[in-house]
Amino acid sequence: MWNFVSPRIVFGESALDALDELQGQRALIVTDITIVRIGVVEKVKTHLQKAGIEVHIFDKVEPDPSVQTARQGAEMAQDVQPDWIIGLGGGSPIDAAKAIWILYERPDIEPAAIGPVGELGLRKKARLITIPTTSGTGAEVTWGIVLTDTAEKRKMGLGHPENIADIAIVDPEMASGMPPRLTADTGLDALVHAVEGYTCTWHTDLTDGLCLHAIRLVFEYLPRAVEDGQDMEAREKMHNAATCAGLGFGNAMASMAHAMGHSLGGAFHVPHGRAVALFLPYSIEFFAPQAPERFAELANFLGFSNDGGEKAARALANHIRDLCRKVGNPTNVAEVGIARKAYEEQLDKLVDDALNDTQMVTAIRTPSVEETRRLFLYAYDGRAVDF
Amino acid sequence: MGFKFPTDEWVKEFARQINASKPYEESGKDWEGDWIFIVEADEAYPKTVYFFIGLYHGKVTDAAMIESEHAREAQYFMRGSFTTWRKTIEGKLDPIQGLMTRKFKLKGNLMKVLRYPRSAKELVNCVLRVPSEFPN
Repeated sequence: MWNFVSPRIVFGESALDALDELQGQRALIVTDITIVRIGVVEKVKTHLQKAGIEVHIFDKVEPDPSVQTARQGAEMAQDVQPDWIIGLGGGSPIDAAKAIWILYERPDIEPAAIGPVGELGLRKKARLITIPTTSGTGAEVTWGIVLTDTAEKRKMGLGHPENIADIAIVDPEMASGMPPRLTADTGLDALVHAVEGYTCTWHTDLTDGLCLHAIRLVFEYLPRAVEDGQDMEAREKMHNAATCAGLGFGNAMASMAHAMGHSLGGAFHVPHGRAVALFLPYSIEFFAPQAPERFAELANFLGFSNDGGEKAARALANHIRDLCRKVGNPTNVAEVGIARKAYEEQLDKLVDDALNDTQMVTAIRTPSVEETRRLFLYAYDGRAVDF
Repeated sequence: MGFKFPTDEWVKEFARQINASKPYEESGKDWEGDWIFIVEADEAYPKTVYFFIGLYHGKVTDAAMIESEHAREAQYFMRGSFTTWRKTIEGKLDPIQGLMTRKFKLKGNLMKVLRYPRSAKELVNCVLRVPSEFPN
């Protein structure tokens, strides 16, 4: 027995118009200051006002939102008493909106204890709308929340299926302002979601197709979207790819590249998509000797290799590295700009955090402490994994 | 030789597997908290059974079949039907998915459990290594 959870998804050109018909009294938009500055919040506000909804804005979400930010947002929600909470932005504001919603409805819960067990009892005060302005996180259709414990410099994977959004508005125009670097980082995040959703131990028949299609879309359209941000066909396909991948991995799980990426991001503030994409080929190479089948299927599906087995899995890893290079992303940690000395000083923590990340649970081969240490070192140097 | 589930011999073999596991020793090195597993009677098994498993810093301190969930002190209680436990022991049900779909119910500090996902996975690996036999 398993569940497939999804919001109602309004997608495509002019999807934002769905807000005009929204029923409610007050909305709290959870976002960041950049989204305010580029005028996106104003656009959303205009639609909500057409629906006669009073709008309040919490724009203090930082990249890698902290527990403290979630608490601050929840305090504002307690003051405003919204019946809609709207997560507007990239993964950080959307994740923050989910956490703020939970803490607004359940102020008795410690943020770090938001887990997928038992009942939360949401939707007594408000419902959630998610509107992504990047094409990658899939946060608009997943219930996962990543918050950072700033004291321990550790990212925490939280969430409960109940905190899935009621409505996700996936309008490609909202992503059209992304600069090339952000387009590449977030687009690669979608690729990692789809590959890990397809290959993790929790994949299902209901998630496989979504992941496969998302992978194909990313390989075809991400280079175009990075090359020309005004290529609206590429923008729309990437926006849809991110949502498909979100539904795919969100109803399965991610895996080791996410665990390692969270660990690196927590210690060195590397953007999420850049970090997880960097580790994906190394994790595939680590899995390849023992469990190459699912990766070989992907390689075959994408036309990269029909050799099957470990050889095909390694071909997939190399094609992912090629895509990273094509869109200007690093393929090893050194290229991220982290000094070796600083990296090695953090190595014990990187290993410990990766092994204790929730996404590691669904890895098809669990590394030991020593193997995880070697994986981080190989990824620093850009050496293909051979153990 | 197989170990009949649910018996005292079975839980002691489970404990032996845990204590022989290097990955569990590594991942549970900071863990402090004892568990009681409650195997509830269902159509496949007529009697509710209770197991105590003491876990401290990567090792099992004690493991035994006990009379009731109040017979020993513990910080965590995991409850499920005999059939649900059987599926888990046979590797057909991931216990984390079992908790998420409410096949299992957990009482205890969830926040602490969530910080030890690798330990949970290693405990599952240990249970899979117990050659288990089930009543017909």
